Amino acid sequence: MNAAAISGFSDPIALSDHSFTVPSIRCAGCIGKIERGLPLVDGIAEARVNFSARRVAVRHDPSIDEAGIVQALQALGFEAQPAPQNPMTAEDQESRSLLRALAVAAFGMMNIMLLSVSIWSGAEGITRELFHWLSAMIAVPVIAYSGRPFFVSALLALRHRRTNMDVPISIGILLATGLSLYETITGGALAYFDGAVMLLFFLLAGRSLDAAMREKARSGIASLLSRMGRGASVLAADGTTRWLRTEDLRPGMTMLVPAGEAFAADGEITEGISSIDNSMLTGESRPQPAGVGDMVHAGAANLFSPIKVAITAASRDTAIAEIARLMDEAGQSRSRYVRIADRASRLYAPAVHSLAVLALVGWMLAGAGWHQSLTVAIAVLIITCPCALGLAVPAAQVVAANTLLKRGLLVKDGSALERLAEADIALFDKTGTLTLGEARPVDLQGLDHDARAIALALAQASRHPLSRGLAAALRHSGTVPAALADMVEISGQGVSAKFGTKLVALRRSRDDGSLPSAQLTINEQAFGINFDDPLRPDVHATLAALSGMGMPSRIISGDRVRVAALVGGQLGVPAQGEMGPEQKLALLEQLKADGRRPLMIGDGLNDGPALAAAHVSIAPGTASDVSQQAADAVFVGENLMPVASAILVARRTRRVVRQNFGFAIIYNFLAVPLALAGLVTPLIAAIAMSCSSLIVIANSLRLIRAAQ
Amino acid sequence: MTGLAILIPIALGMGGLGLLAFFWAMRSGQFDDLDGSANRILIDEDDQE
Repeated sequence: MNAAAISGFSDPIALSDHSFTVPSIRCAGCIGKIERGLPLVDGIAEARVNFSARRVAVRHDPSIDEAGIVQALQALGFEAQPAPQNPMTAEDQESRSLLRALAVAAFGMMNIMLLSVSIWSGAEGITRELFHWLSAMIAVPVIAYSGRPFFVSALLALRHRRTNMDVPISIGILLATGLSLYETITGGALAYFDGAVMLLFFLLAGRSLDAAMREKARSGIASLLSRMGRGASVLAADGTTRWLRTEDLRPGMTMLVPAGEAFAADGEITEGISSIDNSMLTGESRPQPAGVGDMVHAGAANLFSPIKVAITAASRDTAIAEIARLMDEAGQSRSRYVRIADRASRLYAPAVHSLAVLALVGWMLAGAGWHQSLTVAIAVLIITCPCALGLAVPAAQVVAANTLLKRGLLVKDGSALERLAEADIALFDKTGTLTLGEARPVDLQGLDHDARAIALALAQASRHPLSRGLAAALRHSGTVPAALADMVEISGQGVSAKFGTKLVALRRSRDDGSLPSAQLTINEQAFGINFDDPLRPDVHATLAALSGMGMPSRIISGDRVRVAALVGGQLGVPAQGEMGPEQKLALLEQLKADGRRPLMIGDGLNDGPALAAAHVSIAPGTASDVSQQAADAVFVGENLMPVASAILVARRTRRVVRQNFGFAIIYNFLAVPLALAGLVTPLIAAIAMSCSSLIVIANSLRLIRAAQ
Repeated sequence: MTGLAILIPIALGMGGLGLLAFFWAMRSGQFDDLDGSANRILIDEDDQE
């Protein structure tokens, strides 16, 4: 649909590609708007939206650069950031190779089944032998190719003298294939190629679903990560500025930090007066006024006016580097968590394998020959091979993760769901977690209808945090922006424009108290607007839901004790204030030592170590990049309820997983005697395997309604 | 038996074609943006110049 736009560019070689993250793509309308609107801009040849990743790939000529395209996107009404150029990550590769293996297994399964049905219907003699040979020719390469994910993982586990789910799977498949090959060569009656390939197909289906779920969460979180503080505009001696990434910043450089941006390095203010938001760094909710000579730290944000900062410490020496070190240490414990499927296989694998050996010995003692005894033993392995067990966990977790995604919660992987179900106490950070972490107007009642419309139009034009908060609140109350002319924004001062003949302006008022405020003027008339950081709308309901599930809550905040206690009193939960990253970490270690399994919910850099150390952790979508990466799940939007939904769904998922395991065990109780008696034919094995898999999948699908 | 000599290669060939088609689709990015494809059917094409 963009082909027409390309014409007119004479030299296609000069075109280059860049992609941009656009988090606000929400509907088909946005796709159409961007794909039609961008090519109308000079220099842009083609734009293609990837809706799942919230990205736009733009093909353009050198006359327009990345900043120009970001501006063009902004003109269309979309906030955008250049996306890092990493075409394929290891995880992408993994999910692709799983999908390829699944396709090959599906091909093999269908064709072998076709041949097997003829054998089961009574093909005899030379026909049966031909069909067995054909099956072998299809099955052996298919198993060699599609079985790799399991064989590799099983080998790795065995090399470390451990066992996981892939060990019994690999042994079962390889023995079944070996026996079937032997039968084919000797012209025997029983070949289990169909069973082996079908087993692979179902297991790969589970794996691919699992990989798809992780990929979805990852791309969702990647679209939330901001470029905030990942670099700075550095002022050169000749007065020009250029953009440097954080790791290229050096002490002695001077960086220009516009209002609303985070500092990329520690430094001293050399020019300008502003307010510094330390909430990400310390949890302090009140902005600190700062002027020439004051120190600022990487991770804090410049709120009001552009300032110049002389860098004193960069990258590894900054205050947040210490937080990163604490996080590294805290994250070690989580890698020791053993997933439920692996715990099950520790019991399951020895049981099944000793049963098979018993069958072999038993039939030998009963006087059967080597061949017959071995056939029975392998039939036991095939029929107990954990087809349903391999699906029991991923099927349930994928359905649950999708259910939560619709509720606004991205879960990073299945192990996060398992740990969420085990959590028994919730620890909340205050600023940015229980509260919105954004300035919102508290007293809009003084504004009449016209004033609101004008305020919204003015606020929309500015990227200042106060303006953004005001615009969000006004839009939420259903205000329609007024049509203004001659709009001018003076950075750090405010926005002014004309409404008909009236001169209107939105300015920041003088800093005098603890609360930031702004002033709206319409001709001579002035309205004061005060801002505060309000609690999320459904905090009470969420905490009530959590305690209804038997989870007590606590607040651990870096903010002043008085403020923390005030919020704690409002919500009726114990609150601790003035907790630094080390204290938060120590409290979590203490809880864990007492045998509790804490769920940590936090957003700031100062919560990073606690998020990494907690049994399981959740961060809001507005959190710092570090916190989002440390957390097991991320919720988007203004509501806190996804946290309670996460616990509810995770616990229901655990129940369904246990039911699935229970079913798989009952199935084995019924099937194993048949196999031990030597009654299992390839037909019975195939029917039993597909039935058990389908039942497990059907049971897992019940989780679609789990969040209600 | 002669029937089988024709039918079996046909069956295998058709399966193989399906497999190749799937690989082609994956390589050419058909599965890169499933949610986007679901949304794209809602975009009107008429109002384009």
